[in-house]
Amino acid sequence: MHEASAATAPGRGGRDLAISVRDLVVGFGDTLVVRGLDLDVYRGEVLGFVGGSGTGKSVLTRTILGLERKRSGRIEVFGEDLDKASAADHARIERRMGVMFQQGALFSNLTVKQNIQVPMREHLRLSPRFADELAMLKLALVGLDLDAADKLPAQLSGGMIKRAALARALALDPELVFLDEPTSGLDPIGAADFDELIATLQKTLGLTVFMVTHDLDSIYAICDRVAALAEGKVIAAGPISTLLASDHPWVHAYFHGTRARRFQDVQ
Amino acid sequence: MEIPDGPTFKSSRSRDAITFELAGRWTIGASAALEDGARAVFAEASKVRRAVLDLGAVAALDTAGAWLIDKTRRELAAAGVEARLERVRPEYGILLEEAHYRQFEAPSGKRRLYAAVLLADIGESVVSFGKDVLAGVSFLGEVVASLLGTIIAPLRFRAISLVFHIEQIGFRSVPIIGLINFLVGCIVAQQGIFQLQRFGASTFAVDLIGILVLRELGVLLTSIMIAGRSGSAVTAEIGSMKMREEIDALKVMGLRPVEVLIVPRILALVISLPLLTFIADMAALFGGLLVAWGYGGINPAAFMARLQSAIGENTFLVGIIKAPFMALVIGIIASMEGLAVAGSAESLGRRVTASVVKSIFMVIVLDGFFAVFFAGIRY
Repeated sequence: MHEASAATAPGRGGRDLAISVRDLVVGFGDTLVVRGLDLDVYRGEVLGFVGGSGTGKSVLTRTILGLERKRSGRIEVFGEDLDKASAADHARIERRMGVMFQQGALFSNLTVKQNIQVPMREHLRLSPRFADELAMLKLALVGLDLDAADKLPAQLSGGMIKRAALARALALDPELVFLDEPTSGLDPIGAADFDELIATLQKTLGLTVFMVTHDLDSIYAICDRVAALAEGKVIAAGPISTLLASDHPWVHAYFHGTRARRFQDVQ
Repeated sequence: MEIPDGPTFKSSRSRDAITFELAGRWTIGASAALEDGARAVFAEASKVRRAVLDLGAVAALDTAGAWLIDKTRRELAAAGVEARLERVRPEYGILLEEAHYRQFEAPSGKRRLYAAVLLADIGESVVSFGKDVLAGVSFLGEVVASLLGTIIAPLRFRAISLVFHIEQIGFRSVPIIGLINFLVGCIVAQQGIFQLQRFGASTFAVDLIGILVLRELGVLLTSIMIAGRSGSAVTAEIGSMKMREEIDALKVMGLRPVEVLIVPRILALVISLPLLTFIADMAALFGGLLVAWGYGGINPAAFMARLQSAIGENTFLVGIIKAPFMALVIGIIASMEGLAVAGSAESLGRRVTASVVKSIFMVIVLDGFFAVFFAGIRY
């Protein structure tokens, strides 16, 4: 568990790993999307995961979640090798992870409250009253109006869908949360609110957050570390200063482009 | 760092106070045990005046556990027991603050009388049916106006689109329409011969096949098949365009969606359905002929002779005349349902289903009206 390579984890070999990916290869047909990728996510950190469109960010996330098959390589979540884990182990690990999909993936025929209660009903035996209270608590935690509890996803705005999806991801109090472009499609105020929400939740609940994003604001606001993906590999990982210093053309263009320039003062 | 222990506590009494030393994992994973633990603490503490909840030995706490602990504390306070938390780790403190107990009002769902709801539903569906009919008529008007517009300015007529849809709706349906009508022709012939044999009148099966197929079955089966196959496709195409704002994009470019999307489809239906009905008639008669020959011993020459005396030009025309009207009904319903799609994929699914159900229903109702009409004019 402490074999973090110097390239991906400068000087942090001692910390607990939530996710560790080694030599991962994923491909479809003749094309390899992920080619020998190494990545570490430490417990309690917010990792921002950036990369151009079509570089395999989603594929990597989906592979870690077990939604895509890998060709080779090793994925460890909470120190357990997913290949060696039994079905029961998988179920146990999955209960410790929460996922927020980009479009929310709320079940459209259930109300928001029922959506949040789906994992509770499936995995736990709770009294209806307690389940209701917990669902409402999650709604309050993600800053949703309690009136939204009995609405259907179709009746919610984009920002509310994101919040409801986050509430569902948090339903079982996971230790590790995957967020797929949490601020995409939100207005800047909504996006900033959402960043703040994630930061607050991360601090209070001690979450580990794996966040795929394009949003420079989010990266600067809440990410402890950033990993950049290109050519099917993590080409740079570390605090933002590391990425700013990187001379890889894509990373340089990303962090020194016109849109990134306004952050230079912050540094 | 798996700690399998569920939530536990030890209580120790001193005079009028009681101290609970909570231990283990007070997390949601403990499921029912978590609630039981909190309830037990409350039950024991409610007997005394002062209670202390010592969180020093709690191995793990999450929002669910924090909620229950805070709820227990407040409920004890409400019951007149002075409750206090002790040895709270800083991170648990934040959790307890964030997930503090609060009363959630149950949503005030007004319960209405079941019979009243039922009656209201019936009334609503009657009104919505009336509105559907009105909207359908107005939509028909729009389509006709748009058609007339293209007659005045023929350059606006979309011939390529029309031909494309005739291929999709008409040409590509030929195999399936031919096949099902062939089979129905076979079945009608077999049943006709089998039942009429008992009266020694099996040759009348030819009359039965000829009249039934040409007047009713050919056009009815074809219309139902097209409603299911092409009506649903039209609704889905227009609906998904509506969903992705493509229809709005057409509008802002100064194009008229009815003219661009709907007229070609409805026209293609109106042209294709009579042609398909003709194919259906022929396929069914051919199926009848084969069965009559193989099963009833009526040779093709006798079949044809009998058929000629049984049917007239009018028998064939009664079926064919109905076809364009059926096409119009299917096209109007399918397009209207497509345009009624709202933003979500479920709405698209519902509209496609509604389109097929309504078109088949209306096709059969229309067929009934035609039957009365043709009987009235003795055609």
